[in-house]
Amino acid sequence: MSLIHVEGLSVSYGARMALSDVSLRIEPNEIVTIVGPNGSGKTSLLRAIIGAVKPLAGSIVHASNLKIGYVPQKLHIDETLPITVSRFLRLPGGLADVDYALKQAGVPELEKEQLSQLSGGQFQRVLLARALIGKPDLLLLDEATQGLDQRGSASFYQQIETVRKATGCAILMISHELHVVMSASDRVICLNGHVCCEGAPAAVASAPEYRALFGTGTGGALALYRHEHDHDHGDHCHNQDAE
Amino acid sequence: MFDDFMVRAALAGIGLAFASAPLGCFVVWRRMAYFGDATAHAAILGVALSLAFSMSIFVGTVVVALLMALVVSVLSEKGYAMDTLLGVLAHSALAFGLVAVSFLSGIRIDLMAYLFGDILAVSRGDLSVIWGGAAFVVSLIGWRWSGLLTSTLNADLAYANGINPKREQLVLTIALAITVAVAIKVVGVLLIAAMLIIPAAAARPMSRTPEGMAIAAGLIGMLSTIIGLQAAYALDTPAGPSIVCVTAITFIFTSFLKLLGHRR
Repeated sequence: MSLIHVEGLSVSYGARMALSDVSLRIEPNEIVTIVGPNGSGKTSLLRAIIGAVKPLAGSIVHASNLKIGYVPQKLHIDETLPITVSRFLRLPGGLADVDYALKQAGVPELEKEQLSQLSGGQFQRVLLARALIGKPDLLLLDEATQGLDQRGSASFYQQIETVRKATGCAILMISHELHVVMSASDRVICLNGHVCCEGAPAAVASAPEYRALFGTGTGGALALYRHEHDHDHGDHCHNQDAE
Repeated sequence: MFDDFMVRAALAGIGLAFASAPLGCFVVWRRMAYFGDATAHAAILGVALSLAFSMSIFVGTVVVALLMALVVSVLSEKGYAMDTLLGVLAHSALAFGLVAVSFLSGIRIDLMAYLFGDILAVSRGDLSVIWGGAAFVVSLIGWRWSGLLTSTLNADLAYANGINPKREQLVLTIALAITVAVAIKVVGVLLIAAMLIIPAAAARPMSRTPEGMAIAAGLIGMLSTIIGLQAAYALDTPAGPSIVCVTAITFIFTSFLKLLGHRR
């Protein structure tokens, strides 16, 4: 059975439609990456899955007893809030295996540090540890390597792969780093308000819909963002292959 | 011992410090400093309405402070900038309150008492209201502590843990309204926000965990009350402001210690 089954999901903020008629499934133990230009509804999709936004239409069915670990896009810790890494990891549950989570995230030495004193890379690892602490079946990552340099993000994604091997959890992530995505994912979903195309990384990279969004010059793998602001489903995805 | 007005004043101030410590920490962490101000100013309108309808002042201030807090919460979700909104509401609530008071013919109230409070005039009945309110606020925040803290860190993180951050915001709003209502007689409208924020801010440099900061803020608030009252007695200064002065001096002291610590 699928961990998550999204059917006909539409999400709007006021008059602006963020997602329309999105359907997808996440199976156990797979790594799925969502790509798409800015404003294409990637974050809205994850927020709908964790219940932070109410869908306008459609359904999101979780497998029974599904445990989700969530790594948000960015987390600003106010300087006025003193909190240690281990206290942060214990929120809100109370009892939790802090050592285990920090080891899984590759940063066992940070337990007693203040959250506000961590570097960007360390902070992302701690967020990952917090997502892992409940031993999730599904890990959601929203651009988890934002602000990290290439080495930092490469090692972060290696850690994700290690985590999957060790825990067997499925991973649904958003990423802008297409070259990483293409090598690390089992399946890629190209989103632009709706699902433009999806499939194995190689198949998606050569799909006309994907090329229409990300350009053709580099075969998709290192594409620059060519973002059409007045995106229209029919035209864009199906008729502008040659763009 | 309750016969001594100094003892009653100290007990009232300690009760207030007890409630405003954990609440003040959240106000500081969530950058809601003016939220306390706005709610406190709205309370003046509550006092006027209570007198006009001859209700208990506690009920009137709680109702108006709650309404104010709810209006701020709702409008800020609709996309108004928080500081503008609070500025508009705080000052207009105070102005409407003062105008409303002027319509009350035949009743002469000492508005200064509500603006600055009169901690030395606290009665036994007031003490039970303050301690009842403080106990309620502290238990409410203690009960919701993890949820409140998680939503303060990040709303989406809270949702992912099955916590509704809007509900937690409401809990905080209610706690704030009750604290303002019980405190209005003790330290007065203008000094409530100070008692919320300054002990928490003074506790920050010496805390490593959120819980530690709340406890330290409580201790600073309570000690400042006792020292402030003694100083007011010895120097013949107004009691409420003297207490706030002591908290402010504590803030300078802890911040200075922190600076010295960094230098080393």
